[in-house]
Formats: sequence, structure tokens, C-alpha cells
Amino acid sequence: MSAAIHTSTRPTWRQNIAHALTAAVLTAVVVTPIFGLHLERAGMRTVIQQNWSTVAWACLLVFVVQMLRPLLSSSSMRLPRFQLPAIPARQRSIWIAAALLLAVAWPFFAGRNAVDIATLAMIYVMLGLGLNVVVGFAGLLDLGFVGFYAVGAYTYALLFHWAGWSFWEALPLAGAAAALFGFVLGFPVLRLRGDYLAIVTLGFGEIIRLLLVNLTDWTGGPDGISSIPKPSVFGLELARSPSVEGGTTFHQFFGLEFNSMHMVIFLYLMALALAVATLWISNRLIRMPIGRAWEALREDEIACRSLGLNPMKIKLSAFTLGAMFAGFGGAFFAARQGIVNPESFTFIESALILAIVVLGGMGSQLGVILAAILLTVLPELAREFAEYRMLIFGLVMILMMVWRPQGLLPMQRHQVEVK
Amino acid sequence: MAGNSFLQVDGLSMRFGGLLAVDGVAFGVKDREIFAIIGPNGAGKTTVFNCISGFYRPSTGRISLQGQDLAGLGSHTVAQHGLVRTFQNVRLFKHMTALENLLVAQHRHLRTGLLPGLFKTRGYRESEQKALDNALHWLDYMGLRAFANREAGNLAYGHQRRLEIARCMVTQPRVLMLDEPAAGLNPQEKKDLQGLIEQLRQQYGVAVLLIEHDMSLVMGVSERILVMEHGRPIALGTPEAIRNDERVIKAYLGEE
Repeated sequence: MSAAIHTSTRPTWRQNIAHALTAAVLTAVVVTPIFGLHLERAGMRTVIQQNWSTVAWACLLVFVVQMLRPLLSSSSMRLPRFQLPAIPARQRSIWIAAALLLAVAWPFFAGRNAVDIATLAMIYVMLGLGLNVVVGFAGLLDLGFVGFYAVGAYTYALLFHWAGWSFWEALPLAGAAAALFGFVLGFPVLRLRGDYLAIVTLGFGEIIRLLLVNLTDWTGGPDGISSIPKPSVFGLELARSPSVEGGTTFHQFFGLEFNSMHMVIFLYLMALALAVATLWISNRLIRMPIGRAWEALREDEIACRSLGLNPMKIKLSAFTLGAMFAGFGGAFFAARQGIVNPESFTFIESALILAIVVLGGMGSQLGVILAAILLTVLPELAREFAEYRMLIFGLVMILMMVWRPQGLLPMQRHQVEVK
Repeated sequence: MAGNSFLQVDGLSMRFGGLLAVDGVAFGVKDREIFAIIGPNGAGKTTVFNCISGFYRPSTGRISLQGQDLAGLGSHTVAQHGLVRTFQNVRLFKHMTALENLLVAQHRHLRTGLLPGLFKTRGYRESEQKALDNALHWLDYMGLRAFANREAGNLAYGHQRRLEIARCMVTQPRVLMLDEPAAGLNPQEKKDLQGLIEQLRQQYGVAVLLIEHDMSLVMGVSERILVMEHGRPIALGTPEAIRNDERVIKAYLGEE
């Protein structure tokens, strides 16, 4: 490529070299503390071990990529905006049935670890879909979503700890408590917009966590609450022997050999059921008048008000429903872990859930599901890179924002059609 | 002015810091009347509109609809009382279809309960069907049926204007407030607009409050006209009277 064909909008070779050099230097600055210098113990002393070759390689790589950038961006390197093929309604229900069947059947053939990870993925699917209602549908940026998750988890934990409630008794109340928190918080803050709302919700998430840490008498402080029982199968415990004298356990009832795998599979199926329920509800919501109102509000609040729609009420409904899903997720999380403590509800968790929504495509339910699965399964597959997990995570987010800011599977509006 | 009109505005003033944008405006719109507010740019017409429709809280003054006090209510509450407006620069929900724009506008007439919607009860389906029928009626009425499934933002400008009026009408208003509805329309569309305004009044019994610069439209369609200049009302009367009013001529043409 010669300089002659460069148009004025393209950088010249000279600019390009300067640009690439700057990028390489910046890379050196960023990479040196991570790869270049290692603290190592040598006997009594700690020494810094230098490892400059990695840094050099990184800089070289960045330099070359930056030099090639004009080429890459000019040619057809843009990711195509693929859309899912439109599937006719009848075929679609067959596809959904098949996917569901597969999701239900596979844990019986998969390993324990895989099912465990899948359970975790399902929790994040549920949280992602819940936050998607708030962020994707209603366009309200919520950075404290994990607060409602914590409310749900602690509702079950506390009800068990102080009143001996079982999971199934506490589950509806966990959802209700989180929804109530969403409602009460939403009332004063929803008149704020965009960034301001984000900051207030961020603060809310932290307040919840700090309350959990500091209300030591009730919540057990940083230690949290432990030995929370797992859910039972219609009153049948999934344990080797019944916890109550004269009780029947699952394997005794069905005359099976005791197998701890039963519990793992059962938890997975429950998580799947909760995720599917969340999907179904949010899928209905967006087609209902309230869903249309969310979309309209996201587009133009002033026009909404001029038509007699109460923006406060509409935003509050999104906020409350989103919180409710988080509450259900939280109760399940508490039951699965058997222990809750404030450590599980830090800001990074909120950020992760938001990342799931943004990565999947705001408002796109299929995208959110895909992103939730990717973001939980990939870190498990790439265990060797655990140290660099956040680094890779950040890198992926940046690349996504550059190439596909609309998310993996951009939202396709469901439109009401007439002939 | 007697305070027994359909829509009554008294002593309306609006102050923004040191600027008195509207000063002592008073008028009454009768039931089913077509009433226009005109005046040079910056005269405060849209501010009056914003006060009446609840987007601004007036500094002083009373606004009432059929004797019911409206001043100081939120904009959505005012709309729920039957005062619905359009905007100078069209404010449609651009990424929603023309049909969906009309469905959203009917929100408060619909069954919005969570459980009926989730389980598609009969009452819910009937309510949705009614909304759909109403929306289709208005699309037909405005000649927009062919564009029902198009995104509103992709419609031609004239169609967007008509859709915005339709979106007001599906809410079953008592007073239709149009802020410069003819802006950006071609002569034929302006003519159609005049016919439309008269028809809406006749068939649906709405009073129309209009802000407009296009004199032929204003003179042709309104029964009474309020002229404003620098935030103050300077004349109020029939088109005939306004046309011959010295102060109005002076305001528009400047002094000789």
C-alpha cells in the first residue's frame, strides 16, 4: 500500500508508526508490573526477579498489530452483523422443546463437576435475565443489582436460622423481600437519570453488604450463616439418613442406592427450572402493555408523560420485578452453597451480571443466556489462566465494545404486526 | 373574563430567573372550540403550552378544565384529565412501529395487571384486542394503515406529524393541544391538516388549542385567536378582528 492512495482520512505511515510506538510504550508500562517483575523469596530475602523477554514480546506484538490496524480496519475485518435466521413459529416451539429436553437430560450423563458448573451458569442466567428487565427493557442502569441478590439469600438464611423455615417456605418470601427492597429503594431514586441512578444503586449495593457485615448479632457478620439446608424434593430429603427421626429420604422412598450425585442433579434441575421460569416471565412481560411502556419510556420520557403514562410507576415496576428475580436467585444460591456471607455480594458480582447483560446484548434474552453461560463456563475451562482472569475479562469487554457494541446477539424487537 | 369556559386560564405567569417569559396571560377555550395562540418567535406561546400541559409549574396563575384545577399537577396527571399535546419537533417513539406507538398511548386504558397478562386471561386478551382495533381505526383514519408495521422514525415527516396527532387521539382527549402542527408540511399537507382539525372537532368533539405560524391555516381554522408578544397577551378575538387589530399589525410588521 503506497502513500499515494491514502485519502486524507487515513493515517499516513508516519502517523501510524508514531501511534504504534505510543501503544507499545503503554503496553510496556502496563505489562511490566504484571509479567516483567516477579517477587520471589530467596532464603530470607525477597528479591525481584526480572523477566524482560515477555515484556518485549508483548510490546512487539502490540506494535505489529497497531501497524497492521489500517489494513485490518480497511478490509472486511468488521464482524458481520449476523442475525438469527427467522424460524417459523411452529418450528420454533419444536426447537425450544428440543433444547429444554437436552438441558433436562444431560446431567444424567455428565460428570459431577460439569453439572455443578452448569448449576452456577443457570443462576447467572437467572440474574442476567432479571437485570435485563431493568437495564435492557427499561433502560435503567443499575449497578447495585447484587444487593437484591443478597437480600434474597439472607432472607432464606435468616428465616432458617431464626425461625427454622425450609427452603420452599422461604422461597416466595425471598422474592417478595427483594421486590420490596427494590420498591422502597426505587421510590426515591428513580427520579434520577442515567449516571446519577447508576451511582445511587452502586451505593445501595455497598450499603447492603456493609449492613450484612456489621449487623453481627443478626447476620453473623463477616462469617455469615452456615449449615443452611438444601431444598427437599416434595418433603423428601436428599441425604444419606433423615435429619429428623422417622423421616424418609429420597433414596429410601424410591428404593435407590444413596448417591450424592442425586443432590447435584436435583440442584441443577431446580436452577434450570428457575431460569426457565424467569425466561418465560420476562418474555411475556416484554409483550405485555407494561413491556411496551418500558420501551417507550426508554425512548422518550417526555412523550410518555404527555400521553398520561406515569413514568415513576413504570420504572418502579421494572425495578421491582428485576429485584424479585434476583431475590429468587439469592435464595437458591443460599440453599446451594449451604452458607452465605457478605463476601459473595461484592460490587464485582454486580459488575459481572451487568457485563453479562451488555455482552449478550441489552434487551436480548437469548444473548443474555449465551453470555451468562460463556462467562461462567469459560473461566472454569481456562483454570490455568485463573491468575489473569480479570485481565482476560477486561480484554474481552474492550474487544466487544470495539467490534460489537450491540452485544453478541443484538436485541431484535418483538413487534406487534398486523396484516 | 368570565371563568366558566371549558378550559380556563387566568393570570398565568412564568418566570425563569430574571426573565418573565409569560406575563398575565388569560383566556378561555369553549367546549369544541378551535382556539389559536399566535405571536412572533419568542413570544412565549410554547411556554404557555408547557404550563397548561403540566411540563412547567407556572409561577402564578390558575388553569382549570371544566372547573377542575390543573395548575401544579404533573404532566402525566394533566394528560389523564384529557389534555393531550403534540410537540413542536415531533416526539414519536422512533424505534417502535406506528401501530405500537398507538398501543403505548392507550396504556392507561388497558388492563396492565401482571398476572392477567402473564396468563393471557380472557379479560386481558379482550383489552388488548380493543386497543388493537382502536389503533387500527386511527391508522385508517389518518391514512397510515399501510405503514402500520413500519418503525415510526422511518416514516415521512408529514406522516410522522399525522401519527403524532393520532397518538393523541387514541387517548380520547377532551382538549387536543397542537404545537405548530403545520411546521415542515407542504402546501397540500397543510390543507389536509386544516380539514383534519375541523373533522376531529366535529366527529370526536374535542376542543383544539393550537400554536401556529402559518397564517392561512390559523385564519382559516380558528374561531378565536390570542396574540402574544414578549410574553404578554396583546389581542384576543375572531380572525377578522385580529386581522384588523393595530397592535397586532404593529407587532408583526413593526412600526411605520
